[in-house]
Amino acid sequence: MRWLIPLSAVPVLALLAYGFRVNPREAPSPLVGRPAAVFALQTFEGAPLALEAQRGKVVVLNFWASWCYPACYEEAPVLERNWRAYRDRGVVVIGVDIQDTPEAARKFVRDFSLSFPNARDTTGRVSVDYGVYGVPETFFIDRRGRIRAKHVGGVTDETFRTNVETLLAEPTG
Amino acid sequence: MSARGAALGLALALAVAVAVAAGAAAQAPTRRVTEQQVHDVAAQLRCVVCQTLSVADSPSEMASQMRAIVRERLEAGEPPERVVQFFVDRYGEWILLAPPRRGFTLLVWAAPVVAVAAGLLLAAVLLARWTRRRRAAPAAPPVVDPAMRERIRRELESGP
Repeated sequence: MRWLIPLSAVPVLALLAYGFRVNPREAPSPLVGRPAAVFALQTFEGAPLALEAQRGKVVVLNFWASWCYPACYEEAPVLERNWRAYRDRGVVVIGVDIQDTPEAARKFVRDFSLSFPNARDTTGRVSVDYGVYGVPETFFIDRRGRIRAKHVGGVTDETFRTNVETLLAEPTG
Repeated sequence: MSARGAALGLALALAVAVAVAAGAAAQAPTRRVTEQQVHDVAAQLRCVVCQTLSVADSPSEMASQMRAIVRERLEAGEPPERVVQFFVDRYGEWILLAPPRRGFTLLVWAAPVVAVAAGLLLAAVLLARWTRRRRAAPAAPPVVDPAMRERIRRELESGP
C-alpha cells in the first residue's frame, strides 16, 4: 500500500514523456501514397505553373520562404544543382514560396540564381493542400502524380538523389 | 430541313438548356455564414505555425488564410465536421486541438477520470480504516502501576 501511491504516478509520467518527446514535424504525413493535389500558380516571371502539366515527370515540390534561415539557404544550392543534373532525365523541381513578401522572395531567387520554376502561394491554399506547417518541406511526386515521400527540413544531395533515383527506376506508364 | 427535323432540333436545344440550368442549380448556392460559425470550426484547429494557439485565435497570416478556407467551405454548404475533416485529411490528427476520443488518444481523456476514481476509492478505504480503528479502541481508564503510585507518594511527601 505504501508503494502503491508513488507507483501510480509512473504510467502518468510515461504518457507525458511520450507526448512531449513526439515531434509533430516528424509525424507521418497522411498524404504519402495519395495523389498530389493539383495547383495552378504563376511563376515570378509570370509564366503559368500547373502541376498537371508535369504528369509523366518526377516532381520535386519544395516549399520555402526567404525568412527561413538557415535551412532554406542551405538547400537552395542543392536543389539548383540537382535540378540541373536531372532535368534531362524527366525530373522537374518546383519551388513554392509561402508566407513571404514578393520582394524578399524575388531577391532570394536572384541571390541563388534559381533556374527551376518558382511561384508564390499567395492564398495559402497550396500549403494547406499539402499539409505544410513549416519550411522547408519537400514532396517527391512520382510520374503518376502520387506523393511518394515527404522530407521535412533542408534537402541534402543524398536525400534528393535517393528519392529521385527510386522514382526514376520505376517503370513508366 | 423537315418539320420533324426542326422539332428534333428544338427538343435538343431545350434539353441542352434544361441541362445547363440544372447544372447551375446543382452548384451549391452560397449560404450566409456568420463570423461565429467560422470561429467555431477554426477554434478546433491548431495553428500550424504557432502550436499553442487555435486557428481562430492566431494573428498569423497562415491562420487567416485557413480561416478564409473554412469560411469558403462553409459558404459552399459543407457541414462543419466535414470542414474539420478536410484539414485532418491533409495534416493528420495533429491539427486537432482536442485529441480524438478513440484509439491511443482515448488514454488522454480516460486518465483524469481514472485518477479521480482511484483517488475517491483510496479516500474511502482510508476513511473506513480510521473509523474502524477509533471504534476498536475503547477509552480504557488510564492504568497507574504501583511504581508510579510510589513515585507520586514520594514527590508529594518531599514537598517544598
